[in-house]
Amino acid sequence: MRNSFIAQNPSVLWFLMALAGFTLGVTLLSEATGIAFLSTSFVKTLGKTLCLCLIAVAMDVVWGYCGILSLGHFAFFGLGGYAIGMWLMYARTEVIVLESLAGQALPATPKEVSDAIGNQIFGVVGSSEFPWIWAFADSLFLQLLMVVLVPGLLALVFGWLAFRSRVTGVYLSILTQAMTLALSLYLFQNDSGLRGNNGLSGLQNIPGFEDTSQAVISIVFFWASALALGLGYLFFAWIVSGKMGSVIKGIRDNEARVRFLGYHVESYKLFVFTITAVVSAIAGALYYPQAGIINPGEIAPIASIYLAVWVAIGGRGRLYGAVIGAAFVSLLSSWFTGGGAPSVPLGFYTIQWTDWWLVLLGFSFVAVTLFFPKGIGGLFDRLVRKQA
Amino acid sequence: MSTLLEVSGVSVTFDGFRAINNLSIQFAEAELRAIIGPNGAGKTTFMDIVTGKTKPDEGTVVWGERNISLLGMSESQIAMEGIGRKFQKPTVFEDQTVRQNLAMALKNPRGPFSVLMHKKTKTNAARIEAIAEQIGLADQLRRTAGELSHGQKQWLEIGMLLAQEPRLLLVDEPAAGMTVEEREKTTDILREAAKTRAVVVVEHDMEFVRRLDCKVTVLHEGSVLAEGSLNHVTSNQTVIDVYLGRGHA
Amino acid sequence: MLRRLLLALTLCVTPFASVQAQSLQDILQTHADEVLKPGRRSVGVVLDDLVASGLPQAVTFLEAWRDREIVQRDADGLFFKAIEADLIDLDTGDVIGVADNNDLTASRPNGGVRRAIGEALVQFQLSDPDITKRRAAVEAIARGMEASQLEPLQASIEGEMDPTLKATKIRLAGMLSARFGGTAETRIAAINDLAGDLSVDVRAVLNQVLTTTPSVATDLPDGRNIARVLTPGIDLAEDDAYSQLVAADLAPALIDADAVRAALIENITGDTVGGFPVSALNTDAARAQAYAALAEDGLVAPLITAEIKTTALASHLFFETYDEPNADITDAAKAALDAIESKVALSQAVDLGLDALSLASIYFLAAIGLAITFGVMGVINMAHGEFIMMGAYTGFVVQLFVPDYTLSILIALPLAFAVTFGAGVAMERLVIRHLYHRPLETLLATFGISIALQQLAKNIFGTQARPLTSPAWLDGALVFNDVIAISYIRIAIFVMALIFLGLILYVLNRTRLGLEVRAVTQNPGMAASMGINPDRINMLTFGLGSGIAGIAGVAIGLYAKVTSEMGADYIVQSFMTVVVGGVGNVWGTLAGASLIGFLQKGIEWLNPSNTLAAQTYMILFIILFIQFRPKGIVAQKGRAAAD
Repeated sequence: MRNSFIAQNPSVLWFLMALAGFTLGVTLLSEATGIAFLSTSFVKTLGKTLCLCLIAVAMDVVWGYCGILSLGHFAFFGLGGYAIGMWLMYARTEVIVLESLAGQALPATPKEVSDAIGNQIFGVVGSSEFPWIWAFADSLFLQLLMVVLVPGLLALVFGWLAFRSRVTGVYLSILTQAMTLALSLYLFQNDSGLRGNNGLSGLQNIPGFEDTSQAVISIVFFWASALALGLGYLFFAWIVSGKMGSVIKGIRDNEARVRFLGYHVESYKLFVFTITAVVSAIAGALYYPQAGIINPGEIAPIASIYLAVWVAIGGRGRLYGAVIGAAFVSLLSSWFTGGGAPSVPLGFYTIQWTDWWLVLLGFSFVAVTLFFPKGIGGLFDRLVRKQA
Repeated sequence: MSTLLEVSGVSVTFDGFRAINNLSIQFAEAELRAIIGPNGAGKTTFMDIVTGKTKPDEGTVVWGERNISLLGMSESQIAMEGIGRKFQKPTVFEDQTVRQNLAMALKNPRGPFSVLMHKKTKTNAARIEAIAEQIGLADQLRRTAGELSHGQKQWLEIGMLLAQEPRLLLVDEPAAGMTVEEREKTTDILREAAKTRAVVVVEHDMEFVRRLDCKVTVLHEGSVLAEGSLNHVTSNQTVIDVYLGRGHA
Repeated sequence: MLRRLLLALTLCVTPFASVQAQSLQDILQTHADEVLKPGRRSVGVVLDDLVASGLPQAVTFLEAWRDREIVQRDADGLFFKAIEADLIDLDTGDVIGVADNNDLTASRPNGGVRRAIGEALVQFQLSDPDITKRRAAVEAIARGMEASQLEPLQASIEGEMDPTLKATKIRLAGMLSARFGGTAETRIAAINDLAGDLSVDVRAVLNQVLTTTPSVATDLPDGRNIARVLTPGIDLAEDDAYSQLVAADLAPALIDADAVRAALIENITGDTVGGFPVSALNTDAARAQAYAALAEDGLVAPLITAEIKTTALASHLFFETYDEPNADITDAAKAALDAIESKVALSQAVDLGLDALSLASIYFLAAIGLAITFGVMGVINMAHGEFIMMGAYTGFVVQLFVPDYTLSILIALPLAFAVTFGAGVAMERLVIRHLYHRPLETLLATFGISIALQQLAKNIFGTQARPLTSPAWLDGALVFNDVIAISYIRIAIFVMALIFLGLILYVLNRTRLGLEVRAVTQNPGMAASMGINPDRINMLTFGLGSGIAGIAGVAIGLYAKVTSEMGADYIVQSFMTVVVGGVGNVWGTLAGASLIGFLQKGIEWLNPSNTLAAQTYMILFIILFIQFRPKGIVAQKGRAAAD
């Protein structure tokens, strides 16, 4: 069955092959193999970009296919990052604490260990107590479950409330944005239990692999990200290609018609919203160990809007468009803002791209919306059509 | 003939405007019925109430042998009960092929998970082809719906309703914007469909109604003004007054 | 007491009339040692004599002494005041020669002495002919609130000519006698007089009368003024209660986990403690066992079990006693404080209401432009916040060129309207016009404009906050009582919101433009067929909404700082305001702004330490609110309301 699915959707095969080739190439050129053409930090950037591509694919499904312009998917991404970050930070601190307690006259009790860990983690926010949300932080398995469950449940409850009362269109966008804002404001508080605006840090240190070099760890995460992107792409391509795809595209184009055909539109929206939220969270859980730090600023509403920008520039309603958009814009953005782009001297004024990149992005986004509503992916379609 | 749908004593008010006023109307199984009336007579609102889009202020809407109340059910539940609705403007999914449009409408489990796990079967394909034949789109199955002509879109929508296998079909102005030949074909499709189910056509166009050759209900200011054959109702003085007095659009 | 009363009487009634045989110098010579080397105790004699003398020049002397300007001439032991190079006679005030440091010994009173001098001075100053000195003296008393100052203060009231200062003195005397009055009756009377006063210092006085000390005993003692009896576990934490027992030596100290650990470490012999291997002591239970073993051997004090603790708590009474022994006085003070506090609560509610009203005005101003573009036209403009910012920067630029603040604001308001009107029209023509039937695309395109404008503002004006200064006549606040006050700037913003409400209602309901706007909103096709050009109307409507954002920007800039991100701070709230209020309706926006403003203040009041939490909860409330009223408070039919 999978064979026939791939046979019917050759673009999926092309994409997976390109992704595999890319992964292989990056691995060969990385510091881990000794060739070291690509620095470890650049490998991390590429790995993070793959995660961004994955959330962009999810965004494309919920927006490009189902017509729900969610301005909240980066919140799910961030929650996934927080969930894995809690375990990383706990386990890492536990290692350090156990080392420092080892030299004492009496062996430490579990309570003393947990108090010491709490002190280490929450000292910055003037506390040493473990908040209840850290109840599972000591277990990798449970915390991995949290990566999926917490954002999934939030999406389920929020989506159920919103879709049930038939909030649609821009209202829904504003509502999802409000949800994101509320979440980030909540996390900014010191007593949120997640270290306020300090966020979680040191996530690049993987407990149990203290002796492994970052060059190797970065490649492992790069592989994991590539695998997640590949599987996610396959999964969503499968969802949108069949009858499910028909129904959700139908919801996008004419919700009432689908409803009068007897489909319970709200369930479908909820399904798509939740499943994409979960995939976003998984992308986040892979992203933040590569970024090393997560703080509430990452969840701010603006991030989710950028996500929409990537998908729009890449081209909605085609999964590879989302991947292209996310990779292209986020890499370009780090090139411009990282000072990589050369300044443009105009004689009377010199354009520094660190200052002017956002202006350029903003206006080019307007241009894309006005003149290329199908984005970069639309160009591909044109090429394909010419050949045919 | 047994009663399929019974609407009684229904009223609905929008911002003080009484769109439906103590309306009572019944449909039998396998019946073709035309509903006519001037603008603002409440034809579309009546359909909205039956299909669950609008909740009436008072009255009852009872369905089927088991006398289920349709009030309080959602649009999709009502559709699953066997009421199909065609909109005034043709609403097909223009981005998708004719086959996909029909496949989506085909009577099958409607839950997200059964849809996700749905597999194409030969029976389904045969059903799609039979319906395509019925609506005259058999050779258009692979085309994108957006490329169809206006009339073909109308037929496709009717075809989608037939694919739902409803027991009651509500059709809103199917002939609007059609050529003469297209109208004839539409009439044929509807009359054919009415042999096995109830079909209710809301129409402005008297010629089209005449061609349907069925029982006619005249709505005026939200309630039934007259009922009977077309000749019977058009000879009714109040009906003439209503149409001529208000200027027939 | 009596001494001070006499002093006051002398000073107030007969300061100038009595003829004194003694000169100031004579008195000083009598106490030469104490004047030269004053101590906290010895200074009293000098002060008493000086006060008793009633000499007017004593004040000058005391001030000079306090300021360390008094010197003694070594040659003859006479005291003088030395200011820079001048040597001044203390009795006459004439300059009598040049100060030669070699010949002079300075008197250097220490802090305590200077305070005593200051206190004595206050008594003089209370009746000083110079009102500023009297005022300063009264303020000094209010700061210190010393019992000794009650009588001189009371004595000075009658002679006080200035009515305002007299009232202040009476009030202060009332407060002092509430605490230090001679008899219980005078104190109760004074306390009762305070009951109508909401000020913080009166509440402080009453609270000081009502200070309590926590105590513990087996039985309630007789003859103590008991404030209340506390039940451990309900009124006070059991651990705290037990610590109180320990502090009162009524129970042995608790042995906590740290103490257990320390005791175990101390008693490690070889690899074991109390017979248990050290390596096994990695749980609290194991440690408790080892400790119990140690205790059995008498090596450590036995553990205080929960049972012992409970028994100890149960066999004692915990209570608070008033430091003031007279129950009548504390009752009166409590009654007065209760009365005041209920009034304060009421006033706080009113004050909170005023705060909420001004916040609502700001939200209304920020959102009303959106109500027009989003509500009436159905166009979602994410750059609305940046239009607010443009308005605020327009005000800032105007103030760079026009230094007069009143004039500059008067220029800035219409100019901001013009600038953002232009920007809005340009945006409508260039972008939004092409996207009328694609609302989600409009959202994204205007968002693109929003980030570009924000960054442009950053590039032009920098990232630091720029001031927009309000005219001086808007400084200060309208004060109703000690609790209720509202700054003039907030009143101005409120008035501005009212003006805009009126103006917009007028434009929409009474003008040709308004009629055409409503026509286009309700049925664009019909409107077009009646000769209304929907393009022109859309352009003007969008310009109007944007222009109002500009004016709101000036208003908000006066109240908050002007930064490139100020618009982004308001955009989500503004959309909330419009959506909650009900799209397409000015009254709806008003209702939405009021709801959000009052709600935010209300939540802040419940949890004052945390405005972030207040915003979080408010947004959650709004999300839930939209569940139940998806069309907002004032639902409306129209282009935007259709699904």
